[in-house]
Amino acid sequence: MSDFVHPIERRMAFTLTSEERLRRQLADTWYVPRGIVGWFSVADHKTIGRRYIITAFGFFIFAGILAGLMRIQLAVPNNHFVGPDLYNQIFTVHGTMMMFLFAVPVMEAMGVYLVPLMIGTRNIAFPRLNAFSYYVYLFGGVMLVATMLLNTAPDVGWFSYVPLAGPDYTPGKRADFWAQMITFTEVAALAVSVELVTTIFKTRAPGMSLNRMPLFVWSMLVTAFMVIFAMPTVVLCSTFLLLDRTVGTQFYNPAEGGDALLWQHLFWFFGHPEVYIIFVPALGIVSSIISAFTWRPIFGYPAMVMSLVATGFIGFGLWVHHMFATGLPALGLEYFTAASIVIAIPTGIQIFCWIASLWRGRPRFHTPLLFVLGFFAIFVLGGLSGVTLASVPFDLQVHDSYYVVAHFHYVLLGGAVFPLIGGIYFWFPKMTGRMMDDRLGKVNFWLFFIGFNVTFFPMHILGLEGMPRRIYTYPDSMGWGTLNLVSSLGALLLVLGGVLFVYNVVRSYAWGLVASDNPWGAETLEWATSSPPPVYNFLHIPVVEGRSALWNRSPDASVVTGIRSDVREVLLTDVMDAEPVTVTEYPEPSIWPFLCAVVTSAFFVGSIFTPWALPVAIPPLAVTLIGWFWPKKRDHAREMEEHAGDGTVPPEGRLRALREARA
Amino acid sequence: MAVEARAENTRRVLDVAALPRTVFGNQGLIWWGTTGFMVIEGSMFVIAIVVYFYLRLQVRDWPPSLPNPGLFYGTANLLTVIVSLLPAYIAKKKAEAFDLAGVRLWLAILVLFGVASVVLRFFEYFTLNCRWDDNAYGSIVWLLLGMHTVHVATDVVDSGVLLALAFLGPNTNNRFVDYSENSLYWYFIVAWWIPIYLTIYFMPRWL
Repeated sequence: MSDFVHPIERRMAFTLTSEERLRRQLADTWYVPRGIVGWFSVADHKTIGRRYIITAFGFFIFAGILAGLMRIQLAVPNNHFVGPDLYNQIFTVHGTMMMFLFAVPVMEAMGVYLVPLMIGTRNIAFPRLNAFSYYVYLFGGVMLVATMLLNTAPDVGWFSYVPLAGPDYTPGKRADFWAQMITFTEVAALAVSVELVTTIFKTRAPGMSLNRMPLFVWSMLVTAFMVIFAMPTVVLCSTFLLLDRTVGTQFYNPAEGGDALLWQHLFWFFGHPEVYIIFVPALGIVSSIISAFTWRPIFGYPAMVMSLVATGFIGFGLWVHHMFATGLPALGLEYFTAASIVIAIPTGIQIFCWIASLWRGRPRFHTPLLFVLGFFAIFVLGGLSGVTLASVPFDLQVHDSYYVVAHFHYVLLGGAVFPLIGGIYFWFPKMTGRMMDDRLGKVNFWLFFIGFNVTFFPMHILGLEGMPRRIYTYPDSMGWGTLNLVSSLGALLLVLGGVLFVYNVVRSYAWGLVASDNPWGAETLEWATSSPPPVYNFLHIPVVEGRSALWNRSPDASVVTGIRSDVREVLLTDVMDAEPVTVTEYPEPSIWPFLCAVVTSAFFVGSIFTPWALPVAIPPLAVTLIGWFWPKKRDHAREMEEHAGDGTVPPEGRLRALREARA
Repeated sequence: MAVEARAENTRRVLDVAALPRTVFGNQGLIWWGTTGFMVIEGSMFVIAIVVYFYLRLQVRDWPPSLPNPGLFYGTANLLTVIVSLLPAYIAKKKAEAFDLAGVRLWLAILVLFGVASVVLRFFEYFTLNCRWDDNAYGSIVWLLLGMHTVHVATDVVDSGVLLALAFLGPNTNNRFVDYSENSLYWYFIVAWWIPIYLTIYFMPRWL
């Protein structure tokens, strides 16, 4: 580009007063609104990210209680603690909530909170969209909780197979609630993914070229792309289901040219990448924790990045391994067996890189690192049972048995929840300004680790002994009683661990040791600002000089100046090298995204009951969207300001002047 | 001592004050947001077309015991939106030249084309010669047409709002980026009409 303007490098004097003035002005400009209307108007990524994380953990606890009810029911044979109908609802809502309302959102929430801090910018891109996505997610989750409490919850399993979920076999509204809950969460997840991709590609601090980007940011980037390409499929297949059930389309009806297996193809084309959407951010968390607790960069950065990206691609080629028992052609199955084994390679590479990092460093065994080590043990076991399941003959034997239940709890809890809890212990000081109690944390870890294995390891054996998943009870004569009892006792340990975790969070939030800016001595930029960070994140946008932003920083490191502090200006840099390109302005907080989310949610729920919800919803939706984008006083002021710059007032005159200036 | 104090207080800085505040295309955020949603919606169109062909494999005759869709309105719509690329392109160029009068004129023409496309679309539903609940063929055809209609209608409203803003102001420099990227989204909608049109109207004849 010929008219490319370069930033100017020079020296500048900073005085205490000028710094203090800047601090005040930034705090003023990036204010978080107060009051009830203000609470619903916030567009700061840290506030929204925190709400996202807390909400997701709320759903985690709710779904965990449901799991506890299942373990009580299954503890002994012939139990009548809950009946079959309620049991169906419980396992469906447990699975659905854990996958769609906890695991995916909580990982994206970590990205929403951490990515802008890690890459050195003031807010996430499209902050109002971010607020909108949170409220849509919240309302979708509340709807599912409400159905559970009203005894009208979905009862057809978390993947809601047709024909069972179709209009013929599940009359009533239960499966519709499931399908619409999907709509809520995918709208939220897709919005966050676009924000994250844009934030990561365009708003990195100068100097943070792609090959210097923290591994956590890489993992969120890969995740966001996976969401963008995977979620549209589930949008369509759940819409088909809803249409089949409400307006009589025939997508899944074999009698009218539809096909029931179409559902499985579409669902798993999304559903398998979904597993990696949950797992890949956890890999980023693991890398962050290991480098901080060994005080050295992760071994093999290029291999790590390539593995993340490879996982993102291969993750899309595995979906049929969920469908080995459906009688698809054998040649196709062989491809999917091969792909399912191949995906172990990039994960294996990463695990060896982490082992090398730990080997060469001097690990400090604080709670976050313990959770990472627990992740290694549990996830590797889950990965191994996954490789066995990739073999078609074996899969046919254990399909729909507790072996599969054991496998996916090992990979999901081991692969995602352990790193996540470790990540909470790790970033809690940054988010709250206080340390979590390390002694309680260690007890918490051992309760989780032992409780997890006692709960889920016996399920492998139960599966091999033929116990099918999703049965509400079993006769004494099957001989599954002892192992089920052991499993339920293990669940008790998990509950204790969970209670201890919540206690530790609450106690530390109120009375924990005050945290310094960088209590662990970690390498990434979020530790360069105060704990908790100010609303504008960084007083000066830093200039990054190496892969480990803080460890590679020279004493005389540059900072960015020339960004206005009286409006919400943000520096944009280019995709590859993070060279400064332009300065843009972020919107102010606004109530409209919240109102828009309310209307959207009312429409989603209403459409379960009548197709007329669409025409009824369009006018208020249009009003809220136009309100969202309508220019504010500020824009008029800006127009005047721009006119003042070239001495013209009416737009046409100004534009002529601009054109002339350009020519 | 004085020299030392000064050395402590001066820092190296990267001064970005001179950088442009208004950029078009992929250097700005609006382009990335628009493109992100185009990729998402494009993926949906791809999957919907894949489903069309998947359902084709489930039956012997296509369309299954129904007449072929009529060609007139769909083709008229195709011609309309292809011609509309011209006002969209000119509106984009005018926006990038900060030519407000040009933006007003060509955006208005674009909106008229959009409205014409929506009207033609209304008649298209009657020439499909099937109902959404007849069979799976009817369902997917209605879905494809419906998805595309939602896009056309949304962008017509969107362009209408922008047109109103072009007259009401304030026309800040960054508003011209919105005018410009609006055309980008319209290109996307027009481009997708070609494969969807071929699928809906010609696959029943060719397959």
